[in-house]
Amino acid sequence: MSECMRQINPDVVPAFPITPSTQVIEDFSQFVADGKVDTEIITVESEHSAMSACIGAAAAGGRVMTATSSAGMALMWEMLYVASSMRQPIVMTLINRAMSAPINIHADHSDSMGARDAGWIQLYAENNQEAYDNLIMAIKIAENMDVRLPVMVCMDGFIISHCVQTMQLEDTEKIRLFVGEFASTYPVLDTENPASWGALDLQDYYMEHKRAQHMAMKNAKNVIKKVSGEFADIFGRKYELFESYQLEDAERVIIAINSVCGEIKEVIDERREKGDRVGLLKIRSFRPFPYEEIAAALEGVKIVTVLDRSESMGAYGPLFTEIRTALFNAPQKPMVYNRIFGLGGRELFMSDIHDIFEENKTYLETNRVEKMFDYLKVRGG
Amino acid sequence: MPSLQEMAKKDGAFAGGHRMCAGCPVPIFTKMLTRVTDGYEIVAGNATGCLEVASSIFPYSAWKIPWIHTAFENVSASMSGVETMYRVLKKKGKITKPYKFIAMGGDGGTYDIGLQSLSGAMERGHDLVYICYDNGAYMNTGVQRSSATPMGASTTTTPKGEQSFGRQGTRKDLTRIMVAHNIGYVAQASIHNPVDLSEKLKKAIELDGPAFINLLSPCIPGWKIAPDLAVEVARLGVETKYWPMYEVIDGEYKINYTPEKDIPVSEWMFLQGRFKHLQKPEYKDVVDAFQQEVDRNWNWLVRQAEAVKLLSTEAKN
Ligand SMILES: Cc1ncc(C[n+]2csc(CCOP(=O)(O)OP(=O)(O)O)c2C)c(N)n1
Ligand code: SF4
Ligand SMILES: [Mg+2]
Repeated sequence: MSECMRQINPDVVPAFPITPSTQVIEDFSQFVADGKVDTEIITVESEHSAMSACIGAAAAGGRVMTATSSAGMALMWEMLYVASSMRQPIVMTLINRAMSAPINIHADHSDSMGARDAGWIQLYAENNQEAYDNLIMAIKIAENMDVRLPVMVCMDGFIISHCVQTMQLEDTEKIRLFVGEFASTYPVLDTENPASWGALDLQDYYMEHKRAQHMAMKNAKNVIKKVSGEFADIFGRKYELFESYQLEDAERVIIAINSVCGEIKEVIDERREKGDRVGLLKIRSFRPFPYEEIAAALEGVKIVTVLDRSESMGAYGPLFTEIRTALFNAPQKPMVYNRIFGLGGRELFMSDIHDIFEENKTYLETNRVEKMFDYLKVRGG
Repeated sequence: MPSLQEMAKKDGAFAGGHRMCAGCPVPIFTKMLTRVTDGYEIVAGNATGCLEVASSIFPYSAWKIPWIHTAFENVSASMSGVETMYRVLKKKGKITKPYKFIAMGGDGGTYDIGLQSLSGAMERGHDLVYICYDNGAYMNTGVQRSSATPMGASTTTTPKGEQSFGRQGTRKDLTRIMVAHNIGYVAQASIHNPVDLSEKLKKAIELDGPAFINLLSPCIPGWKIAPDLAVEVARLGVETKYWPMYEVIDGEYKINYTPEKDIPVSEWMFLQGRFKHLQKPEYKDVVDAFQQEVDRNWNWLVRQAEAVKLLSTEAKN
């Protein structure tokens, strides 16, 4: 991700270290120290200040990036909302890590899922290539004049962030051409046309401003598609709002996010060889959430297992609630149920994924979902 | 340095029509921001608090210069971002004019919740002037105590009561904490003395690097004083040595004003409703402790200033 940031060459990067995103900032600091970028780093004293400085710098009129994880993003919480409400196109790498307590440095999605209502576009990635590509596209999506919203580029801590994978690095010039020049809107540094940013906004205007934000998020769906199309034309890798893997004729489908999708695909390949009609729907854009598109993609599917790598205590997992909402108006609703897995980095092996497909096979055959909600691979259950 | 009359003719940063209380002295300094020095574009940031809330009720704004507010505890950090972007765009040739940056916050946003981000920004060395208007409590939210609230003051979270004389313990000395950041300019000023204040503002703005000014700013409802008394109460705060006017330039202390008479601090206190209950004889020890604290601080300050004088005569010898 730091290499990608070097290629993008943002103006300002305020940042604070936290495992597992520290290395992004360390490596990038070296690029600054070696004069490989024009960027100024602000080595702030906390993540709250990191996001505050991001907002100030972006409002001043330039391109701003940062990176964080877990507790770091939790400390930014208040400012995440301010960033999106001030419509600042900040791009942040979020290396997903479990929230404390107990303190744990490994992957789950409790950090980003908790921020799902903060008004940020959220893009997820299965592997390093996708994370790299998403980061490049995020700049263009965020800065689009119909959007002007911050983007969180999410990937699993350690599993992806600290994993050596072969991937295609693109030519720096091509990337810079693709992302283009930053265009500012009412920059704070324009003293000829002084603007006031961050006014008190009461009952008489607040709701209109919130609705405008919602509209920008709706626009983002088309802009993500458009930018992904342009990216495919230039770099050859094609992305949608979600990935459909062996969905066309699938009867039994898993829906999941991020790195686990790699293993799920392998299991599907094995099972497909034996004629088992299974498939995967992998979320890329969680905000905005493509409800209609997902419902259409699931037409003909008979049962759906939604895997959540975070939970909302006392409720279903966040991905599950979205999927069920998407399916509610579908003419033929598949059976759908929820499993929580992988909290704090607990592994899900290929054999476990085979077990999921065995279980939903039984559910389908008996036409009954025995357990709507359960944990996978947990003691004492 | 322009005279006050000349200054008043220049374009101010802050328009009338804001919604600060009648008699609030805070606009005295905000109007000055663009008047004390020529040759710079001024950009300001604000922490949440009275000034921010009363100056920017959408769709109106009292600010005639670029102004940004993002939250309560982080004006130093968000202005660090603005200032850094300025340096980048200047390096790239996208901006050519010289700029200066001002961050403003109340005592709550500065002594308390914003102390960390202030400390970070000052330590990192941004070219930023921080002005704290100290009115001794969270006024915007209804007079709750802060760590700048003086001992014995009755606030809504340290009310006087059957078992309490109000705020316990002594206030934090933020100015000294800022001196410990080894920045080029730290000063205390008072809203009643615009000449001294404008000189300090000019020094702080013209300095290349971080500077901090702590400004005594009485509050009409919070201190329970008449709307025409803010300036007078500030003046007496300085005369009784509650609020010494001094500056610390590159670590060297200089007292800017030494009161001629020894006026007991109780004269300042009892002008204000928030201390009125302390007039009861049973609270004499509280008032005495307050006086001792004022004396201790003043004497400490005198020693610092004398040490500087001593060192400079030694250097000459
Ligand atoms: C994180 C956060 N906590 C609390 C508040 C509520 N709040 C807003 S302004 C304020 C007090 C401001 O006090 P001070 O900084 O002294 O400024 P004054 O109102 O006295 O001018 C408080 C408590 C807030 N806006 N944000
Ligand atoms: S409450 Fe106090 S500080 Fe706030 S506007 Fe009124 S007088 Fe000024
Ligand atoms: Mg205050």
